[in-house]
Amino acid sequence: MSRILLIEDDHSVRVSLAKALGRYGHDIAAAPTGEEGLRLFVEHSAELVVLDLMLPTMDGFEVCRRIRAAGTVPIVMLTARGDDIDVVSGLESGADDYVVKPVEPRVIDARIRAVLRRGAPDRSGRSTAVYGDLVVDRVSMRVTRAGQDVAMTPTELRLLLELSASPGQVLSRQQLLESVWEHSYLGDSRLVDNGVQRLRAKIEADPAAPVFIQTVRGFGYRFGPV
Amino acid sequence: MRSGDLPSWRRNRPRSWWPRSLRARVILAFVVVAMVAATAASAAGYVAARASLVDETQRRAADSLRGQISRLAPEVEYPPDQEALERLRTSLGEDSMVTFEGLTAASGGALGLISDEMRSAVAEGDRFTVQRVVDDSGPKLVLATPILRTDVDGRQRASGVEVYVVQDLAPTQAQLDRWTRIVVLTIAGALPLAVVLALLVSRSVLRPIQRLGHSANQLAAGNLSIRLTPSGRDELADLATTFNRTAAALERSVGELRHREAEARRFVADVSHELRTPIMALTSIMEMVEADARDRSPDDREMATMAVDRTRKLARLAEDLLEVSRLDAGAVALRRELVDVAHVVADTVRTRGWDGDVDLVPTEPVLARVDVRRLDISVANLVGNALRHGSPPVVVEVRTEADDVLVVVTDHGPGLPADVDAEQLFARFFKADSARAASDGSGLGLSITLVNAQLHGGSLSARTSEDAGAEFVLRLPRHLEAEPLEAEPLEPEAGPDGGRHGRQDGESDEQP
Repeated sequence: MSRILLIEDDHSVRVSLAKALGRYGHDIAAAPTGEEGLRLFVEHSAELVVLDLMLPTMDGFEVCRRIRAAGTVPIVMLTARGDDIDVVSGLESGADDYVVKPVEPRVIDARIRAVLRRGAPDRSGRSTAVYGDLVVDRVSMRVTRAGQDVAMTPTELRLLLELSASPGQVLSRQQLLESVWEHSYLGDSRLVDNGVQRLRAKIEADPAAPVFIQTVRGFGYRFGPV
Repeated sequence: MRSGDLPSWRRNRPRSWWPRSLRARVILAFVVVAMVAATAASAAGYVAARASLVDETQRRAADSLRGQISRLAPEVEYPPDQEALERLRTSLGEDSMVTFEGLTAASGGALGLISDEMRSAVAEGDRFTVQRVVDDSGPKLVLATPILRTDVDGRQRASGVEVYVVQDLAPTQAQLDRWTRIVVLTIAGALPLAVVLALLVSRSVLRPIQRLGHSANQLAAGNLSIRLTPSGRDELADLATTFNRTAAALERSVGELRHREAEARRFVADVSHELRTPIMALTSIMEMVEADARDRSPDDREMATMAVDRTRKLARLAEDLLEVSRLDAGAVALRRELVDVAHVVADTVRTRGWDGDVDLVPTEPVLARVDVRRLDISVANLVGNALRHGSPPVVVEVRTEADDVLVVVTDHGPGLPADVDAEQLFARFFKADSARAASDGSGLGLSITLVNAQLHGGSLSARTSEDAGAEFVLRLPRHLEAEPLEAEPLEPEAGPDGGRHGRQDGESDEQP
């Protein structure tokens, strides 16, 4: 039972999707505008937001940025325009995953569950790991840098855990898509690139010259060596 | 330009001496004209000056001889004897000769220079004769005259005494030689001057042409706002103005075209949103209807299944229509990434649930830089088409040929209809069997696949294979040279199921 906020301006989509997702056991609050959505977001204390990008007055990207600025609640975007610009802008605004309309509610449910699982404690059994001034606690799911708590979305946290679980080993984008995003088929590698960028912004002293998460050009990413 | 690109009229005229560069031709022409003009002018002047100099020398020599004769003639006794002749000759100076009938008095080399014609000319007439001769020591002037005697009746007649005088022309020749040197030097001096002038002229003519060429190149490279500044009022300025007009017209129409294209893209994006939103609602509702119908009567279940099925078909048709519109509007950008094509094809088959009906020919990984989504759609269209129209098993093979990767989809059906060519087959809404038209694919699949292949710089072909049914070949260039491969061998770090990871490269090179 997860508290989900659905922001969608089209009445029929909002009503039917809320009902269908409700059947998968989620507690749904639905809002027709971005403003109303931001109000409900606090009131409903949502654990995840399903967000349509095309909204009247305040658009989805702005809503996305505000939710991201307020905390680490994950966001799944709904886009109907099908052009790449929407997807890229949505990911840059801080979305964790996206689906293109029309999509069956069971697919959205699967994405929601996958995103929420990322915040669950690590199953590997390892506990605290220290990499220089970066401390990753895999049980309490906390990350500190130089003694300061680093607030992370579940996706960023899982990405860090996957990469740091095998320091020095290169992971391809597809591997990361499968292990972090749980996309079992041809996923969109931009999700990985965007996630890495946001993660670097939080843990690297200089995101332009990363120490922890390094790009292996033409292949994927590697944690360290620190 | 390679020689193969030359138009045939140029290939057929090998004139190796003729300079290819316009500058060289202008300079050559200028120098030739300047030399011809200078030589002609100098030669004409020289000839005129020489004639007047020679005439003057001759006239003076003749006057001098006449003066001497008129002074000496009265002193001669008639008939003169040898002694008298010698006296007369001595008064005339060196290089002279005086004759009277059989007697001759001569000094210097005069005798040898006087021709018989001259002697007979003087003997026959009473005329003053001048002749130019050249001997070993240079040009000479020979003057000859008979001495006339005044008779008692007051009439003058030839006395029989003939006087010959040879005058050396060396000083005159020296003068002429000086002039010749001056003329040659002048022409030689004009040559570099002509070259310099030709350079200047060719620059003033060629500089605007070079600028024009440069600007035309820029225009061709897509810089449509390039303009020339016409200077002066000559033909080149006219050309520059024409160029500017052409560029402006081009910029205007390209701008219009881009504007329309942008509008078309926006329209497609809007239509996309308008179409997908209600289908999204339908899809959500149908999922619930389908679940609810499980507890209802068989009739209700059948209706529900039909509704769900039609909704999916509607969604796919809308998707294909939108894809075609996007392709038409030019709103499609290839997002190439380095992938294992064999893996993508396997994923396409697996995610569509076609594992049971399709034989995938096992292969080594085949790396290529392609747009994964478009490859997926293309292969799905081909395999879906084969499953609908052919008979199982549908065989899918990935192989390489030169720098291309080939995806070959073969079915075991009846093959292509005999009366249909590939162009018709790939046309939109073409249905091989019109009776089944209502229930199968959107009719856009092959057309979309063809355009996707072309977007990649590849091709799509279809034929009836010898031992099976229809064979479709999707051919895409691998583009491996675009960037050095750093990720070889394939996925060294991958675990036991490493083969599942197809995608190698997230760095997309966006290609508009």
